[in-house]
Amino acid sequence: MGTIRTIIFGLSLALSSHSAHAEWALNLSPGVTEVSRSVYDLHMTIFWICVAIGVVVFGVMFWSIFHHRKSRGAEAHHFHEHTLVEVAWTIVPLGILIAMAVPATATLVKMYDSSEADLDVQITGYQWKWRYTYLDQDLDFFSNLTTPQEQIGNQQAKGEHYLLEVDRHLVLPTDTKIRLLLTANDVIHSWWVPALAVKKDAVPGFINEAWTRIDEPGIYRGQCAELCGKDHGFMPIVVEAVPPEQFQQWLAEVKAEKLAEAAAAEKSWTLDELMTQGEQVYLRACAACHQPTGTGVPPAFPALKGSPIALGDVGTHIDIVLNGRPATAMQAFRDQLSASELAAVITYERNAWGNSTGEAVSPSQIAEMLAGNADTVGEGAQ
Amino acid sequence: MSTLDTAAPGAHEEHHGPATGIGRWLFTTNHKDIGTLYLWFSLLMFLIGGVMALLIRSELFQPGLQLVEPGFFNQLTTMHGLIMVFGAVMPAFVGLANWMVPLMIGAPDMALPRMNNWSFWILPFAFAILVSTLFMDGGAPNFGWTFYAPLSTTYAPPSVTYFIFAIHIMGASSIMGAINIIATILNLRAPGMTMMKLPLFVWTWLITAFLLIAVMPVLAGVVTMMLMDIHFGTSFFNAAGGGDPVLFQHVFWFFGHPEVYIMILPAFGIVSQIIPTFSRKKLFGYASMVYATASIAILSFLVWAHHMFTVGLPLVGELFFMFATMLIAVPTGVKVFNWVATMYRGSLTFETPMLFAIAFVVLFTIGGFSGLMLAIAPVDFQYHDTYFVVAHFHYVLVPGAIFSIMAGVYYWLPKWTGHALNESMGKFHFWCSFIGVNITFFPMHFLGLAGMPRRIPDYALQFADFNMVATVGAFIFGFSQLLFVWNVIHCIRSRETVSAQVWEGAHGLEWEVPSPAPYHTHTTPPRVE
Repeated sequence: MGTIRTIIFGLSLALSSHSAHAEWALNLSPGVTEVSRSVYDLHMTIFWICVAIGVVVFGVMFWSIFHHRKSRGAEAHHFHEHTLVEVAWTIVPLGILIAMAVPATATLVKMYDSSEADLDVQITGYQWKWRYTYLDQDLDFFSNLTTPQEQIGNQQAKGEHYLLEVDRHLVLPTDTKIRLLLTANDVIHSWWVPALAVKKDAVPGFINEAWTRIDEPGIYRGQCAELCGKDHGFMPIVVEAVPPEQFQQWLAEVKAEKLAEAAAAEKSWTLDELMTQGEQVYLRACAACHQPTGTGVPPAFPALKGSPIALGDVGTHIDIVLNGRPATAMQAFRDQLSASELAAVITYERNAWGNSTGEAVSPSQIAEMLAGNADTVGEGAQ
Repeated sequence: MSTLDTAAPGAHEEHHGPATGIGRWLFTTNHKDIGTLYLWFSLLMFLIGGVMALLIRSELFQPGLQLVEPGFFNQLTTMHGLIMVFGAVMPAFVGLANWMVPLMIGAPDMALPRMNNWSFWILPFAFAILVSTLFMDGGAPNFGWTFYAPLSTTYAPPSVTYFIFAIHIMGASSIMGAINIIATILNLRAPGMTMMKLPLFVWTWLITAFLLIAVMPVLAGVVTMMLMDIHFGTSFFNAAGGGDPVLFQHVFWFFGHPEVYIMILPAFGIVSQIIPTFSRKKLFGYASMVYATASIAILSFLVWAHHMFTVGLPLVGELFFMFATMLIAVPTGVKVFNWVATMYRGSLTFETPMLFAIAFVVLFTIGGFSGLMLAIAPVDFQYHDTYFVVAHFHYVLVPGAIFSIMAGVYYWLPKWTGHALNESMGKFHFWCSFIGVNITFFPMHFLGLAGMPRRIPDYALQFADFNMVATVGAFIFGFSQLLFVWNVIHCIRSRETVSAQVWEGAHGLEWEVPSPAPYHTHTTPPRVE
């Protein structure tokens, strides 16, 4: 009885609260690129071929079910094996398949031609975020899910783009051939935006290529398509296609922002300022594994609350955050966060949830370590 | 054991029945007992895997996280897949082969009866190990039933070592089972039972057994490479050490694609037995069915990379695997056309086994259609790793493999027990399952096309409606399987006896022995004209 009531309650809830977003979408979208439209056409062709074969095969079958039933007095006709029929039902499908293979091959060849691109973007999959590097533009950023934990945990009403919203969009110019170079930092991910008909695996140690040319400005959303661990369902992709002039403008803006960020690292921060910013950074970058309460999910994701690292030598703590722990889920955050963000989040970890070291780590301290570390890494490689 | 060996000669041999107590089941070398053990084991695994499926569907009933954490959700999908593939479907087919192959070819038992006992009895240990990982520190395997490296090596929970050991044991069991079936079919056929007179169930199992022997060692190889990477410092799949994560997928799918046919060829065999019986007509094209089965088996070794179209294969590779995959539609089409031509102008009745067999043909064909769509590489980029794939393989596995197993059990159960089925309950079970399975899996096609990736515990709002429908369907399907359990137990306990032939249109050696089939059958080989 309880379950029935839950189901009915759920159904009514779903029909009332989600109806604004409910689409009952049945089919693939034709998308916004030439390639995505030919993929859509292929999809519809093969679909109608299947429907036609289905009508014939199931038609004969249901005819037999209705007309050749014993209860209607049907007597079995003892025929079997008929060379002509058997050859026909081998050759005809073969012909249909060849007819289908021709346009499929043409589309595939087109999809594989990533030459003569005007813009190169490297996409790197991380557990569980994407990193976008605009090659030749000195521009590089991470893109994280922004849906609040409260929405996921059902304490808050879900927003329109629930689970499909990120802090930084991948901004791309329209009418430009863009080559996408895909790789991964840890496990295999797969970068998929249905409207572009691009899905390519991001494999650690490999660089895969794909390309797109977007016809219409707009916001196109996608998701990671390859199981990549706990938060596989929580690393969406948002592509923002803008006209080329606007794209140049955007490039100039983000570069200016980057300079401002560098300046922020120079100023001196109070412990309170660091704690406030640190909490935000922590919730965005760390809480998925170490949990908002700092208790982690041992053994894969250790607790920070009361941990010897967060309470012990600050140098070790900074080193782990900057460079990660090899062969564990702990990533290197040196490239993911700015010096001031790193300082803030480390300070937060050392002073939150009853960890009261009272120590503040300053952005300039981190900036120094980043410079020093880079040297050490360089020497090690030689 | 030695007393059993020496006690064998003597006139009383044919009449001695089963041993008593638990010893009967632990030490049995009788193909019927072992078949029964396999079938009960498979039913248990089906129910455990089914409970996991219902937990997964409950979490997906609505957007947001309600019941399980994302980490545990991944453990559930992984364990559901492994248990259903290796614990439910494969042992069920081996159980049916154990029971029916000797009866159908006129053999007194399997060729290697003691190995037969061993190949069953290592299975419960394998699954005890696998299921126990759920209670280990760090949880059960959480990397999907396809366990792609490096998620399953460098990033795996500690329980992965137990998972590898369990897979090794399952593989050994399957290989021994396959050797036994091949040895039996090739050596123990009754006089006059030539290869081209073998019932199709026997033919499909013979071919399946060769597939098993070919690919199970490959699976053992790939999990051993994982073990080396995890514990012995090798870097087969670790890019940082010069290894290749994509190599894992090649090796896995070289096993994995034939594995798909291991789970469907015996189903073809069962349906090819049932449809002629209830059409009261011979199978339309026996020889072409045999050749089609063999072609599918050979092609299955040439198509593995169609599971990897998005992994970054070179263009030539994509084209080769696309064409080879499309080619599989031809022999598969031959099979479907043959079943339909067998029904055409027959004299049809619709007992429970026939209902399941017809539903198999229709729904498996729908799974075949989506398979054909998935074969088109450029379009597969849109389908790959979405719910469209989930819909596809559940259509070929649930109303495909599992419906065929149920059809087979309903068809042969009266022969095994000597008692009649409860037909109305069987039909009720069929209709609940048929409706439930379609409500569950058909909307998944739409979800996939609309862009929902597979293996996610939570989803965007535009996917909410069809997910809710699918969950309702899953509960209908899941709970209606209790009707099946009820009917099996009812049939065992019933007093309503059946004739040796059981079904009016049934032909073959298995229908010439009395019902219930005595503990020892065909001790004197029958002669096949």
